[in-house]
Amino acid sequence: MSDAAVKTKAPSEPLFSKKNKKLVTDPLTDNNPVTIQVLGICSALAITVQVEQGVVMGGAVLFVLILGNLIISLMRNLIPSRIRIIVQLVVVAALVIIVNELLKAFLPDVSEKLSVFVGLIITNCIIMGRFEAFAMANKPWPSIMDAIGNGLGYAGLLILVAIFRELFGSGTLYGFQIFGNSLPGEETGLYTLGYVNNNMMILPPMALIIVGIIIWVQRSRNKSLIEQH
Amino acid sequence: MKFLENIVHKMEPKFAKGAKLEKWHPVFESFTTLAFTPAEVTKKGAHIRDGVDLKRTMMTVIIAMIPCLLFGIYNTGHWEMVAATGNRDLVFWADQGMKIMMGLKVVLPLIIVSYGVGLTIEFIFGIINGHSLHEGFLVSGMLIPLVMPADVPLWMVGVATAFAVIIGKEIFGGTGMNIVNVALTARAFLFFAYPTSMSGDKVWMAGQESTVDGFTGSTALGDLASFMSDKPVFENLEAYTNHYSLFDSVLGIIPGSIGETSVIAILLGALILIGTGVGSLRIMASFFAGGYIMGMLLNLVGGNDFLDLPAHFHLVIGGFAFGAVFMATDPVTASQTAMGKIIYGLFGGMIAILIRVLNPAYPEGVMLAILFMNVMAPIIDHYVVQSNVKRRLKRLKTV
Repeated sequence: MSDAAVKTKAPSEPLFSKKNKKLVTDPLTDNNPVTIQVLGICSALAITVQVEQGVVMGGAVLFVLILGNLIISLMRNLIPSRIRIIVQLVVVAALVIIVNELLKAFLPDVSEKLSVFVGLIITNCIIMGRFEAFAMANKPWPSIMDAIGNGLGYAGLLILVAIFRELFGSGTLYGFQIFGNSLPGEETGLYTLGYVNNNMMILPPMALIIVGIIIWVQRSRNKSLIEQH
Repeated sequence: MKFLENIVHKMEPKFAKGAKLEKWHPVFESFTTLAFTPAEVTKKGAHIRDGVDLKRTMMTVIIAMIPCLLFGIYNTGHWEMVAATGNRDLVFWADQGMKIMMGLKVVLPLIIVSYGVGLTIEFIFGIINGHSLHEGFLVSGMLIPLVMPADVPLWMVGVATAFAVIIGKEIFGGTGMNIVNVALTARAFLFFAYPTSMSGDKVWMAGQESTVDGFTGSTALGDLASFMSDKPVFENLEAYTNHYSLFDSVLGIIPGSIGETSVIAILLGALILIGTGVGSLRIMASFFAGGYIMGMLLNLVGGNDFLDLPAHFHLVIGGFAFGAVFMATDPVTASQTAMGKIIYGLFGGMIAILIRVLNPAYPEGVMLAILFMNVMAPIIDHYVVQSNVKRRLKRLKTV
């Protein structure tokens, strides 16, 4: 596999050319898969209650996306176009099963919390979208770059949303108490002043609102993202 | 007044286009038009029959809310005293001065926080977008304190107001553009964000933490909802109606959100709204009718004491009357067509009672029902207009 990657490293184009770098940086900002293309919203709403879940989920998608993009890109000339979706599904399903087993073995707690959403990576639009839109038509190395960019863009947004939700919903960040102990009867820190965790942050609608606010901020900073009507 | 007008005129050039304080023109204009008739008037082809603009409309609604506010202040004071003494049978019409003072101490800060936070945000958006202050918040800012329990922490009211104004209104384009009622958005936010401060039997009377053990500050609705659980507060419906008589509920001497308890005060407000043409009689009447019909239907189903509650009780307890008169009639979020208003009101009332009775987790279904109908209102209007079009086309063809 790595042979192929090396071979396709076009002699005319350096490994980190401007074009390749753009493949990584674009999805992080002005072509973010979640905020601009509005893909992968389901999982972004469901598992961003805690930062830890966001990190693991983002990592899982990144892993599946990089390997999947690479495999599809290598096979792109072999796949008959009429059954390409099935082939893509087989690839992503195999990878997701690997990830799921790894999580179950090494991070059983998080895996339990993510529950069905790891399995649902199979249907994550970002992954199928990148297979269809990029890996089917590009060489392996740019495909990897593209996967890194989109995976990080997704993971970054997940973590950003999770930071807000965990901080204001549970008063913690990655499990560490930021505002003090909120257990009734033994409050410390802010909670002694009457501060109460915002229960709405735990509920999925608030995740949607936070994603909406991020989109709002992004569009008011970059007016070219606003559609013309 | 002349003196004030002179000051305004003197200040005006400073805020004109290109002048030093141009940025603050929206703020200046908002204050001056609140006090005086604007200088810009329609020049030709005026079809205006009277001088009512948005500001005067909003002021009418605020005047209509004054009976609720005054009664709410007294009632809040009364129940605070009840909580302090631990005696639920305290005489209502005694110690008036003391109760008014106690009530004011609870209600005034709520009003100040609600207006302070809301107007600050409105001003910021006004300056960014270059329009004058949106008048809509004058009403929302008064409604928010009236739908709060007496014991809610002030910072929560501030957070909820900020959320409601930004997410409920400003992102849609400000006054006149919002999809859902702003005051109810604030209440719904608090209800889901801080349930322990918005429901249960600890929040309806101010200063309740320090009360005697075993004292419950539950509302009529809370007690009713307990019929749906294994441990009802009252043995049967008769015990309930003896405790909360129909007379008490209509008069409003029961615990509840600050402004929602007295049906008489609310009906006074309704008269003002209908008389001035600001509130829609269609919506109010059909909302009450919807609630009554659903109450009757639930009576037919029967089974436990909450379902058997006479339908007219539903109309006078909880926030039903307040929601019907002040929330559902919000001209921005309600249906616009005549037929649509009736459908909107009927469904609103029915859903309110349905949620109230069948979902013990949400004893106050009125808020959720109105928010739901707010979202549905454009669809109702669409189909009403379409059916009108269809009927007329048919008539045209037959001729």
